Amino acid sequence: MSGRLRGVHVRRGAMVVLALVALGVLWELYKLVVPDDGVRIGDGLVLPRSDDASMPHLSEIVAVFGEREVAGSAGGGTVAASVLSSLWYSLGLAAAGFVVGVAVGLALAVAMARLAIIRRAVLPYVVLSQTVPLIALAPLVYGWGGNLTLLGWEWQPWMSVSIIAAYLAFFPVAVGALRGLTSPPPVQTELLACFGASWWQTLLRLRLPASVPYLIPALKLAAAAAVVGAIVAEISTGLAGGIGRLIISYAQQATGDPAKVYAPILGAALMGLAAVGLMSLLDVALRRYQPTEVAS
Amino acid sequence: MSDAPPAVALTAVAKRFGTGDGATLALTGIDLTVAAGEFVSLIGPSGCGKSTLLRVVADLVEPTDGTALVNGKSARRARLDQDYGIAFQQAGLLEWRTVLANVELPLALHGAGRDERRRRALELLELVGLSDFAGHRPSQLSGGMQQRVAIARALARRPALLLMDEPFGALDEMTRERMQTELLRICSETSAAVVFVTHSIPEAVYLSQRVVVMSPRPGRITHLIDVTLGHRDEDVRESGRFFAAITEVREALRGRSAVAQEATS
Repeated sequence: MSGRLRGVHVRRGAMVVLALVALGVLWELYKLVVPDDGVRIGDGLVLPRSDDASMPHLSEIVAVFGEREVAGSAGGGTVAASVLSSLWYSLGLAAAGFVVGVAVGLALAVAMARLAIIRRAVLPYVVLSQTVPLIALAPLVYGWGGNLTLLGWEWQPWMSVSIIAAYLAFFPVAVGALRGLTSPPPVQTELLACFGASWWQTLLRLRLPASVPYLIPALKLAAAAAVVGAIVAEISTGLAGGIGRLIISYAQQATGDPAKVYAPILGAALMGLAAVGLMSLLDVALRRYQPTEVAS
Repeated sequence: MSDAPPAVALTAVAKRFGTGDGATLALTGIDLTVAAGEFVSLIGPSGCGKSTLLRVVADLVEPTDGTALVNGKSARRARLDQDYGIAFQQAGLLEWRTVLANVELPLALHGAGRDERRRRALELLELVGLSDFAGHRPSQLSGGMQQRVAIARALARRPALLLMDEPFGALDEMTRERMQTELLRICSETSAAVVFVTHSIPEAVYLSQRVVVMSPRPGRITHLIDVTLGHRDEDVRESGRFFAAITEVREALRGRSAVAQEATS
């Protein structure tokens, strides 16, 4: 069983690598086939430019990581070092947001599963919350946090970023957990009632274990959402130190070094993958709660 | 029998679903007493309220009228005290628990110690002949085996009353007959009273000391038929008395029996 399991993982990993290679090949092929100025029909540009300023060669993008940072910027080491340290910082913010978001999402789901009246009252707002553009919300949260003091702790700007990440992350957890908690069939909930189980016992012994297959994809979505939320929030609040700020500052150097923009973007993508990959470990750890194919 | 309270005592039980014009009377004027250790079947066409009646006893449905006592207590008290064990048509086993852990569940919910739980659950698995499958997952068992686990689970707290809602309804005929014999053996070993809902006449007759015949719209008891077959074994299924009893129940279901008048009064 574990051997087959590993086989599946290896194959999945190979597919990811293969997709990346295919993407790279496509990129270079496009540069090769499409003229530098793109393809125009009349006045309209139908295929984007493929000159080195718009689409640097992959080799250049890779080379950027080894470049020295321009004097005066933080770190002073190579671009790779700045990207990595920014990633680490942003990942911390995203992780804090993820934890808060998951806690809030779970609490909301349990409350909604407990009482139909809470579900009717809260669920529309949970859905509504995700229709507010994050870009509009981020400066607001930043502003509120500006002069906040909690139990003697002064509100730190990074907390606003984490809160915004949490705001994105709680949603899939709340919705997924609610579906999971209400997934047991009547025969099982009635059995627990016949055993004289309290609502909390039913939650612990039946509803939570039954919601694992719904929670795992929800947590993966939440992890990706927390990463995106943290980066967007860094950009729109102007918080320094993270990958969001690095994207902006490299973009400003794009005229001189077009390949440099891609370094933090690749880094951010990597961070998202890492976050979702971490959740896949949960998948393996909680295998016994997943529906099993009939085999031994 | 006089010293122990009856396993079930229903007085003037009625159940109405919905209100106003859309209301349906699922049960009306139900009086029924099941003595300690007695095996009683509820039989009748769909919609006669036999399952609802069982659910009233189990306190899954609250009667609109009348009283339901289990072991001399209110049905709610009896449920919270786990005075009865229950099995439905679906085994309802928890997929993430082993067979053993499924049988342990009702014990765990009442704070039994780990060792005690394990010992009792193993004992029960032996009773239903599944000792070798303690570590299996429910999905690895056949339907009949799953149902046996469900029965073991229902017996976990040594209940004086067993409630069964078509527990063998989803099984094939062969398995079904074997399970019936098995159930009678288990009952004689535990001396629990049983209320057994079924829509199979032979099943009701083979298992029961008394068959309660019900009729729909509104759901009510029309006949109480005593079955005297003596010791049950496979030969009984082919005896004349068995077929006579089946005929009696069948006639009652069609509403053509002389005893009808006595039973409803």
